[in-house]
Amino acid sequence: MENENMESNESIIKVDNLQTSFFTHKGEIKAVDGVHFDVPAGKTLGIVGESGSGKSITSLSIMRLIDDPGRIKGGEIIFKGENLLEKSEAEMRSIRGNKISMIFQEPMTSLNPVYTIGDQIAEAYQIHEGTSKKEGLRKAVDMLKLVGIPSPERRVKAYPHELSGGMRQRAMIAIALACDPELLVADEPTTALDVTIQAQILRLISRLQDELGMSMMLITHDLGVVAETCDYVAVMYAGKIVEYADVYTLFSNPKHPYTVGLLKSLPRHDIDQDELEVIQGMVPRPDNLPEGCRFAPRCPFARDMCHERLPDLEDLEGGNQVRCWIHTDQWDGPEVNVKDDYGSAQSSTS
Amino acid sequence: MFVYTIRRIIQTIPVMIGVSLVVFLMMHLIPGDPAQIIAGEAAQEEQVEQTRERLGLNEPLPVQYATFVGNAVQGDLGNSIRSGRSVTSLIGDRFWITVELAFYSTLLSIFIGLIAGIISATRRNSFLDMSLMIIALFGLSMPNFWLGLILIQYLALNIGWLPVSGWGTPQQILLPVITLGTAGAAIIARMTRSSMLEVIHQDYIRTARAKGVKERYVVYKHALRNALIPVVTVVGLQFGVLLGGAVLTETVFAINGLGRLVVEAINQRDFPVVQGSVLVLSLLFVLVNFLVDISYRILNKRIELD
Repeated sequence: MENENMESNESIIKVDNLQTSFFTHKGEIKAVDGVHFDVPAGKTLGIVGESGSGKSITSLSIMRLIDDPGRIKGGEIIFKGENLLEKSEAEMRSIRGNKISMIFQEPMTSLNPVYTIGDQIAEAYQIHEGTSKKEGLRKAVDMLKLVGIPSPERRVKAYPHELSGGMRQRAMIAIALACDPELLVADEPTTALDVTIQAQILRLISRLQDELGMSMMLITHDLGVVAETCDYVAVMYAGKIVEYADVYTLFSNPKHPYTVGLLKSLPRHDIDQDELEVIQGMVPRPDNLPEGCRFAPRCPFARDMCHERLPDLEDLEGGNQVRCWIHTDQWDGPEVNVKDDYGSAQSSTS
Repeated sequence: MFVYTIRRIIQTIPVMIGVSLVVFLMMHLIPGDPAQIIAGEAAQEEQVEQTRERLGLNEPLPVQYATFVGNAVQGDLGNSIRSGRSVTSLIGDRFWITVELAFYSTLLSIFIGLIAGIISATRRNSFLDMSLMIIALFGLSMPNFWLGLILIQYLALNIGWLPVSGWGTPQQILLPVITLGTAGAAIIARMTRSSMLEVIHQDYIRTARAKGVKERYVVYKHALRNALIPVVTVVGLQFGVLLGGAVLTETVFAINGLGRLVVEAINQRDFPVVQGSVLVLSLLFVLVNFLVDISYRILNKRIELD
């Protein structure tokens, strides 16, 4: 299952068969269903998918921050050789915000409204480095400077509501990076921001990643963001990874119909387009997943076998890992070039 | 903040005018001739006329209102019909007792309410949570005069631990304060619980956990301070209600507070006293609300002027 190229690099985190489910009165809902990936040290892995694909739950599972009624049911999360799923809650606390940090989508609501920015950054130092509050606040000023907040000596005393969305996200990044983490998990860090601010924040994150030598997991639904910042990409669909490749391979030679659909739905500057293509249908609800390939109901190439059996994630020659029957020996349909035939196949089915 | 305070003060003016109008009109809306009532049922025609003249009741209503407000602003609320004493001094005698009663009761409600609310929220859906919330429901539903009577019956009469009535010693204070504080404690407990449960699912709580904050500090530092903001409103309103609404409890425990003054005055048809007390109690309520708004604003720095 593992990509050969990837194993030669040392990975900072290795997720194996991760299963996270929510147990409701309606029964078990499999939000993350057997996910594998690893993040090579110093590199950035993008996890891409639509809402409901399980990408955020994957990132929260790594932090072990899944709330009731959710539970990590199985698998391994190996961080620097140790399985995070076997750690005690106290051990996890000493890792969170220290060795693995996380930034969230909503800068407007992710900061505590009743404490100053400085207090919230200093808290990280107080917890993980045992510094005094005074020393923590001094370091907070340095952090604010690092993330490019103007007049940090003044802003350290500001409350979140006194800052703009972009500034708040910078403050969030300052909190996350305070203790110099080895892995940063960024869950849609720019989604809630204006487009111009998005670019600034992405550039800031990339720059800090280089400066601090961090590895990163970037969760996003935006392939543009992936192209700009990631080294590797995992495409998630309905709780499973459907394609995994390095970023160049994925963009130049996508193999899974879903990946192709996502790429086609991006606006392009190099060709004239009257309208954007969309992937027909909706992501299946996790409490009502199709039996076979989970993308089959929306896939223009789907055949009976796709609706009946779930394919495995298989290595392909080009360096992709793909979960699709088309690329297997068992494919019983006509030969398909997913990338080139996608448009015509879609118009003939819809 | 200064502008907000000024604005808020200005906002209370129409309320105070409304209150004074209602209180003033009370005397004229009640069936019967005020002069006849004040002069007494046995009074002769001339005496009634004299009274009317003396109290200015023959003036047009707007003039009477202006006089009433003018006097009230200067602290003159008229004289009691029965005792002849000035209403202001009558209220002054009783006022602090009621404030004390309201204060201790509120203190008790906060103490019990907060503890119960936090325990319930952090052990959501546990047996303890459910028991506390059922007890709170009882506390909320019980009429406080009835609770007062039950407490007197068992703790004062049957066991004899505490005195039946009066005000002053700690023993005397205890039963009325429990009686009045129970409903408040129940409201605060339920409010704290629901507010905590709401806050605990906020994004910034997740941020705190992602930072490695211990669960205890997540609850008491990050969640509680936010959860308390709506609770402050409830506490303030509760205090306001207690200032004016201890009528029954004061009667049950024979405490000479404002509430009892009002009841006595109503029984004796002592209109100036009723008017004066109701006016003072209403203004107190307005004042408490004003203070609540201000403190709310200090606690929650996000509230913008609207």
